Amino acid sequence: MTTNSPSKVHVTTTINGQQHELLVPPYMSLLDTLRELIGLTGTKEGCLDGNCGACTVSVDGRIVDSCLVLGAEVNGKNVNTVEGMATPEGLHPLQQAFLEEAALQCGICTPGFLVAAKGLLDNEPSPSEGRIRHWLAGNLCRCTGYDKIVRAVQKAID
Amino acid sequence: MHPFAYVAPSTVAEAVAVLDEHGDRARPLAGGTDLLVKARANVWELDAVVDIKNIPELMNLSVGSDGLSIGAGVPCYQVYDNSEIAAEYPGIVDGVSIIGGIQVQSRAGLGGNLCNAAPSGDGICPLIVHSAVAKISGPSGDREVAVEDFATGPSRTVLGKGELLVSIEVPKPAANSGAAYTRFIPRNEMDIAVAGVGVFVQLDSSGQNFESAQIALASVGPTPILASAAGDSLVGKPVNDETIAAAAALAKEAATPITDMRGTVDQRKQLVEVLTGRMIKQAVERARG
Ligand SMILES: Cc1cc2nc3c(=O)[nH]c(=O)nc-3n(C[C@H](O)[C@H](O)[C@H](O)COP(=O)(O)OP(=O)(O)OC[C@H]3O[C@@H](n4cnc5c(N)ncnc54)[C@H](O)[C@@H]3O)c2cc1C
Ligand code: FES
Ligand code: FES
Repeated sequence: MTTNSPSKVHVTTTINGQQHELLVPPYMSLLDTLRELIGLTGTKEGCLDGNCGACTVSVDGRIVDSCLVLGAEVNGKNVNTVEGMATPEGLHPLQQAFLEEAALQCGICTPGFLVAAKGLLDNEPSPSEGRIRHWLAGNLCRCTGYDKIVRAVQKAID
Repeated sequence: MHPFAYVAPSTVAEAVAVLDEHGDRARPLAGGTDLLVKARANVWELDAVVDIKNIPELMNLSVGSDGLSIGAGVPCYQVYDNSEIAAEYPGIVDGVSIIGGIQVQSRAGLGGNLCNAAPSGDGICPLIVHSAVAKISGPSGDREVAVEDFATGPSRTVLGKGELLVSIEVPKPAANSGAAYTRFIPRNEMDIAVAGVGVFVQLDSSGQNFESAQIALASVGPTPILASAAGDSLVGKPVNDETIAAAAALAKEAATPITDMRGTVDQRKQLVEVLTGRMIKQAVERARG
């Protein structure tokens, strides 16, 4: 264990079901690790301080703001991003519902909302509208006014 | 961010050694929801962060006949998802349920909330009113500090060079007791308390009289405040609107807020009085089961 120079950290992690071996600068966020080291740019950067949720990914089944996680921290963990939602058979029901309900305008918040909403529906198959709104309070959208997003999540439940 | 090293020791001794070696150029990393925000804003220049989440004692959460033990790295969701904790320590659950949104609660914990020492920390008042104790390890051994004495100013704590918070120990609540915490914010979620109040009450077996009470205030002073006179005023008194109003007025007197963009002195004092009354009533309701 050396602490003299910030040497890169060896990280073995599973991202969207695929194992990756990485050398990560110790001060690099998980957000930058995904976007810059791996090239998964679906996860977006908004505020960089935990308020907007655009950078939401799931780590071992829990949604987190990837701007407030270090890449070094996901060694041995399972990371899922928006790129892991669709399958060769088609879009995830949430993605399909977001399209059909026009739950996005500029779209920068959308990956974060999708991953966050998936985190809810994976554990609670039929949440109430209040529960959906509460769960998504850590995601900001500048464009839609939220109603369309909530409706899309409700549609994905049906 | 200043380029810091990342170390993830698996024992308290190793973590203490790294922290001691670097002094204030190293910090423990729990959920990172304060630390990484501050590191990015260059509040500190760090040479190393010490991830505490591979140290088993710091990730332990246990609830039993001798009380509740919360490891310093345990995230909020593990506390509120535990049905035994929810039943026995609802005031603590009130606090952890409102720290940030779901993403933040996946990472942030009571240990980080306490060590960050924000006057507005929503997790701290519920711990104070439960007479919780912080267990600390450091280069010269272990010690315990009452949570009410842990913060010494905004972002300042009793922790010395190389010291690490290991866990928070909450004594098992007496029979006929109840607790509650709430804060005022202009939104429903995701905001910093303008004022917050935590209350713990113990009633007699009839449920009609206070045997003891503790009241703590957030965001109305340089640290969370234990309003002792307000709590003590209830001891031996019947549960009624008059005794509750008197305690709320004393809590208002104990508040020493400042005016800032979130609220004025007058508004904050007024909030303390109103919220104290409400939280005493809610704690009584919970005590009566
Ligand atoms: C979007 C957002 C919303 C938030 N909302 C709220 C809110 O509503 N209410 C609220 O109270 N807070 C809020 N916070 C602040 C923060 O989430 C909490 O203070 C949280 O409890 C910090 O816990 P953590 O585990 O993330 O701590 P960290 O960020 O890991 O650590 C916090 C501080 O404590 C030190 N530390 C951590 N562990 C130890 C240890 N074992 N021993 C010694 N020192 C240690 C760190 O070095 C750091 O200085 C919010 C933060 C964000 C980003
Ligand atoms: S970029 Fe992470 S929460 Fe905004
Ligand atoms: S669609 Fe533009 S921010 Fe949400």
